[in-house]
Amino acid sequence: MHDLVLVGGSVLTDAGLRTTDVAVTDGRVTAIGRELGESREIVECSGAWVGPGFVDLHTHLRDPGHEWREDIGSGSAAAAAGGYTALVAMPNTDPPIDAGHLALRISDEARRVGKVAVVSAGCLTMGRGGERMAHLDDLWSAGVRLFTDDGDSLQNVAVLRSVMEYVAQLGGVVSQHALDADLSGAGFMHEGSVSSRLGIYGIPRQADDIVIARDIAIMRMTGVRYHVQHLSTAGGVALVAAAKAEGLPITAEVTPHHLMFDHTAVMSTDSNFKMMPPLREESDREALVEGLRSGVIDAVATDHAPQSAVEKDVPFEHALNGVIGLEWAASVVNGVVSLDQDVFFDRMSITPAAIAGFTDHGRAVAVGAEANLVVFDPNVRWTPTSTRSRSRNAPYLGRELTGRVEVTILGGAITYGGEL
Amino acid sequence: MNHLLTMENLDRGTLESLLDEADDFAEVLTRPIPKVPALRGKTVATMFFEPSTRTRMSFEKAAKALSADTVSFSPGTSALSKGESLKDTVLTVRAMGVDLMIVRHQATGAPWRIAEWLDIPIINGGDGAHQHPTQALLDCLTIRQRFGSLDGLTIAIVGDVKHSRVARSDIFAMTALGAKVILVGPSTLLPLDPEAWPVTVTSNLDEVLDAVDVVYLLRVQTERGGASVFPSLAEYAVKYGMNTERLARLRPDAVVMHPGPMNRGVEIGYDVADDDRSLVLQQVTNGIAVRMAVLFRLIGGEQDA
Repeated sequence: MHDLVLVGGSVLTDAGLRTTDVAVTDGRVTAIGRELGESREIVECSGAWVGPGFVDLHTHLRDPGHEWREDIGSGSAAAAAGGYTALVAMPNTDPPIDAGHLALRISDEARRVGKVAVVSAGCLTMGRGGERMAHLDDLWSAGVRLFTDDGDSLQNVAVLRSVMEYVAQLGGVVSQHALDADLSGAGFMHEGSVSSRLGIYGIPRQADDIVIARDIAIMRMTGVRYHVQHLSTAGGVALVAAAKAEGLPITAEVTPHHLMFDHTAVMSTDSNFKMMPPLREESDREALVEGLRSGVIDAVATDHAPQSAVEKDVPFEHALNGVIGLEWAASVVNGVVSLDQDVFFDRMSITPAAIAGFTDHGRAVAVGAEANLVVFDPNVRWTPTSTRSRSRNAPYLGRELTGRVEVTILGGAITYGGEL
Repeated sequence: MNHLLTMENLDRGTLESLLDEADDFAEVLTRPIPKVPALRGKTVATMFFEPSTRTRMSFEKAAKALSADTVSFSPGTSALSKGESLKDTVLTVRAMGVDLMIVRHQATGAPWRIAEWLDIPIINGGDGAHQHPTQALLDCLTIRQRFGSLDGLTIAIVGDVKHSRVARSDIFAMTALGAKVILVGPSTLLPLDPEAWPVTVTSNLDEVLDAVDVVYLLRVQTERGGASVFPSLAEYAVKYGMNTERLARLRPDAVVMHPGPMNRGVEIGYDVADDDRSLVLQQVTNGIAVRMAVLFRLIGGEQDA
């Protein structure tokens, strides 16, 4: 008797795509094939894709310190509803995650909640101050593999060089929010025709690109694995492509919102289109879509950034940056980029898991492996109207999307859906 | 017309009818008792979240000339300084029974947000570097009174266009009324996408002096967005200041305008501001008439009688 059988989906197995059934018992995949026998629970999957649960490299859980926006419980629920089984929490909390015990509390609390596996990213510098090295050894011992001062770029190149050398020796990844603080200075949105029309200070693309170019130069000195967060510019995509061609260990992510929208959305001055880096132009959006398709961009990452209504229901320039996206990322990517199933799971799960060092997630479905799975119907059209996040700063609410997460399974247990 | 938020989408007919109405109110203002009962019983709130004296006074004078009551809000002395949100502030004032709000705010789009939150007409009294519609109306009225029409006129807007809500409104209003607009200034002060605007641009004031009917000067500041944007006020004055020498090179019937507050000796020469060809004070006077016209258009209708 199986605990659960997923019946008739298109399954991404370790032997390629097959239309078949998957049996799960005691938290593991126990059989792949037809006519697998009796099960306590059956999920009908015909017409849907079955594969490894999604893995997010960039979630702001806001816990500790900003729980009015999100906490590990609400963020985990949103992640499960979005098909995620693992995520990396960003360390720009209060206090920032610059020591091991702080990171451990987050993974432990997420394990207690039981909806998504969480490993915190660690800060590069103490308090994200950009000066003194964070407790990198201590963080590493606590399981941290990604290091970033996200929210800010590490501006001081001497400090960057030093932490890159140190993280390289650990075997970790330096993940950079690439934005030059001086050039982006007074800006609130992309510098272009829309900022010009609105009279809002703009942030030129070069604010992103010069930091990426600078960091690639320091990569060559240090040999560190380097990850570019939330690419927004065609120039950034080209820089990553060139560094990859050179053989450097560089990876990059793109967010659902940068794939779907461009700066013309800001004409509304709706603060749900305010985020960092900003929405740029259609030509940039096209380069991001093409980069994701070709693999120059390795992963989709949500940059799920909850902000409360108090922080968003204000004029655009006064609103805090960020949008939420965990629940709709897969739908947005599917609708906008329309990838084949294997490529889709590569960008949503397999490659991000490899970057973040998750060993039990992001693996093609195989007998004996931990059952961290998602059932995703790529064809259903639907319009989200609510969220499990504690915040509602989503540009997707009320907008028709294509493709929907039907069931999410973590360690053999259904964490979302399944009540079909 | 439910609100007056921007000059971007007003057609020529609407602009002309507002200016016609403003001309009528300008006549009212010359009477011994410069007051009509058009808005008796109405209450108008001036909500100036960014400090301003002249525009607020102008709106209050316009409202009073229409016999409306006025209430006013100042950020410094309000609950905003106690942490109250913009939304709660305007909902609170609305709940006191005001019929219209005039909003000035340092953030682009703030009057639009307030128009979404409230059920009364909103006049944009200047938002960020975005729009300042009543300034454009008073500028156009002043030009129309002088020349009869804006049709076929050439207007040079000189200076910090990039950071100017006045310019962003004037460009649309003036061109909708048939004028040709030339933007003049160093590239650091001009829009980065001039091709997207109904204008031509030049960095050389002297080459356009004999071709223009109106020289419209903008106030300049040396620093914007944390970066210096031209070398010094003295150098700016040499290159772009409207001094007496340049005034002499204008066509005989050409005029000089400025939205105030002026930096005498920088963008406008000390004596030029007082010259017969300076319309600066007429602009100020006309501000009251156009604001009367806008108030009357928005809340003076029969349905509110």
